Amino acid sequence: MRVPTMAEKMANGESPDILFWVGCAGSFDDRAKKITKAIVKILNKCQVDFAVLGTEESCSGDPAKRAGNEFTFQMQAMMNIEVMNAYEVKKIVTACPHCFNTLKNEYPELGGNYEVIHHTQLIQDLINTGKLILEGGETFKGKKITFHDPCYLGRANDVYEAPRSLIEKLDAELVEMKRCKTKGLCCGAGGAQMFKEAEKGNKEINVERTEDALETQAEIIATGCPFCNTMMTDGVKNFEKEGDVKVMDVAELIAHAADL
Amino acid sequence: MEIILFAILLSAGAGFFAYNAWKVRYNILLGQDIDRSDKKGERIKTMVLVAFGQKKMFSRPIPALLHLALYVAFVITQIELIEIAIDGLSGHHRFFYFKLGGFYSFMISFIEILSVLAFVATLAFLIRRNLLKLPRFTMKELIGWPTKDANIILIAEVVLICCIFSMNGADEVLYSRGGSHVEFAKGHYDFAISSWMGPLLFQNFSIDALHVIERIGWWGHILMVFAFLNYLPYSKHFHILLAFPNTFYSNLEQKGKFTNMESVTNEVKLMLDPNADPYAAPANPDEAPKRFGAKDVTDLTWKNLLDAYTCTECGRCSSSCPANVTGKLLSPRKIMMDTRDRLVEVGENYRKHGKGYDDGKSLIGDYITEEELWACTSCNACVQECPVNIDPLSIIVDLRRYLVMEESKIPSELTGMLTNIENNGAPWQFAQSERLNWANED
Ligand code: HEM
Ligand code: SF4
Ligand code: SF4
Repeated sequence: MRVPTMAEKMANGESPDILFWVGCAGSFDDRAKKITKAIVKILNKCQVDFAVLGTEESCSGDPAKRAGNEFTFQMQAMMNIEVMNAYEVKKIVTACPHCFNTLKNEYPELGGNYEVIHHTQLIQDLINTGKLILEGGETFKGKKITFHDPCYLGRANDVYEAPRSLIEKLDAELVEMKRCKTKGLCCGAGGAQMFKEAEKGNKEINVERTEDALETQAEIIATGCPFCNTMMTDGVKNFEKEGDVKVMDVAELIAHAADL
Repeated sequence: MEIILFAILLSAGAGFFAYNAWKVRYNILLGQDIDRSDKKGERIKTMVLVAFGQKKMFSRPIPALLHLALYVAFVITQIELIEIAIDGLSGHHRFFYFKLGGFYSFMISFIEILSVLAFVATLAFLIRRNLLKLPRFTMKELIGWPTKDANIILIAEVVLICCIFSMNGADEVLYSRGGSHVEFAKGHYDFAISSWMGPLLFQNFSIDALHVIERIGWWGHILMVFAFLNYLPYSKHFHILLAFPNTFYSNLEQKGKFTNMESVTNEVKLMLDPNADPYAAPANPDEAPKRFGAKDVTDLTWKNLLDAYTCTECGRCSSSCPANVTGKLLSPRKIMMDTRDRLVEVGENYRKHGKGYDDGKSLIGDYITEEELWACTSCNACVQECPVNIDPLSIIVDLRRYLVMEESKIPSELTGMLTNIENNGAPWQFAQSERLNWANED
């Protein structure tokens, strides 16, 4: 696995085509780190000229902004923008829909103008241009896979097709939940909920959502967000189904299929 | 005599409505400024699709079709209303009948058929509210006045349609007997419904009685319309007018984009820039310092307030809200209803006691609780679902901003999360220097 940093590239007088924004979950959460690595393997395999910020990366500020603390958000945003502008970053791929949304929509007004894409969009492009070929690895042929739309990818930014097209490329059977795409139900993590207990109610949101997923009889619940991944994994555990149903990021499915 | 009475009623109805409309406008303009004057073309397109075209209604086809019947009937019936106004002021009877000839019968027939559809739809709406008790119409924020409001409208609609048919039906019979005011010869209008329903209902009545029935229908219709018009500003039924401007002024940005707070940007720039002069005069010295976020309705934008008046209380937002469906207190519909109720209260206060009057109450606390606000996942389902492009989320966010930045009222776990971000650049306690460790682990 090769993970060049922006600083190294700069020292060699190079400027990579794309910055891979890993995000806090992707950097520190044990489950999400696996997704990060799957993405890096895909980038390596396709010889994408990328780099990460590494220790120069800092939280995008999304949870602070959703929690209502605009100060902390803007401090984070401006520091990140300063770093990225110094490296003359033009294009960014993120592994997290929250970073994706914030960098794409909320950084421009603070002076950060970049082309930002989600990793499923990048992978879709790599497959469509023939750079990535799905063979030699685990086969998903005929397996039932359902996709849980992350709110900040779907409704927030209207990206519904990229992750689905990848599942179809696996030759798998994509089964939709009763609430999907624009009507997809939140996993319960957004808006800084990930970092606190839920308010009093009669059910946890991730349990409600996992019911939707289990109803489809899918063997795999695919997601495109590290937080959704956590919530759905906990939901599956709640029904003691972790033996039958796996929760995986679309990037991991692709990496497995391409034997990476 | 009738003409004078009609003229008085018309001016009273219109005048009172104008007064109420002015009050609503006054209230809405109490909101903060926000620029929605750009992208006219896209705005018109949105209004045509979402309001005229009812586009978002159709994500739930059955209520959408029922509503479509009501909506189209209402719009087309305006033609008949114009005739009623002309007749009322000029003393004519069915002014357009001789002007339009065969087309008149076609037009009124069209209105009649739509009215029958609207009648069926209205009954269906009454049934789903009062007999089927759909969950989205029985949530607790609807108990009391809101439910009554909904039923008043629907019953008024039924009465209105009955008036149309007693007017047309009686007139058909009169015409066939040579007693119609339209022409004292015998004839037929050939209206699609009342040409057979009229005789069926009114065959045995005398000409005098028929004249009375026809007049009751005519006056009933127009009186109902005046009453309706003036009821609108107090009701969720206001949407029949406000749906159009409200969709025109929609937020056209990506739903995930929260507004940037410029007041904060300036302060953050000062903090980050070592050369900045902290004692420099503010850029806009005339501007009164605004509070961060929203405590009360006057801190919200005028679009938030227009949203509140436009809300149909349909509950599509709440029935798709993850917090609401799992039993939390939060209901985005209630956020909109509270905002409207509070705005009406503030507006009354300002007009009575002077602008800026403080009654010691606020939207946060007296109407919306912190528990509701913290249950939101910012998932945008409510925004997506709203058929009239209302944005409850932006109100929720502005109220949270006030709680956090002005009052430091925030769930303690979130305080920890924020401290971590400020100290080590991640919501958890991991050092920034360890951010790339994953690359070397296996
Ligand atoms: C201009 C003529 C219109 C009329 C006469 C009309 C009439 C009505 C009536 C009577 C209801 C009440 C249904 C109930 O309470 O059960 C209703 C609800 C509603 N109307 Fe309208 N409306 C009009 C225009 C519009 C427009 C332009 C929109 C925009 C899309 C709209 C959106 C709605 C919505 C969302 C509801 C709640 C429906 C639901 O329960 O799903 N209306 N309307
Ligand atoms: S954005 Fe908040 S209020 Fe709206 S549906 Fe989602 S959780 Fe509910
Ligand atoms: S905000 Fe929109 S979806 Fe919610 S009740 Fe009002 S009109 Fe219906």
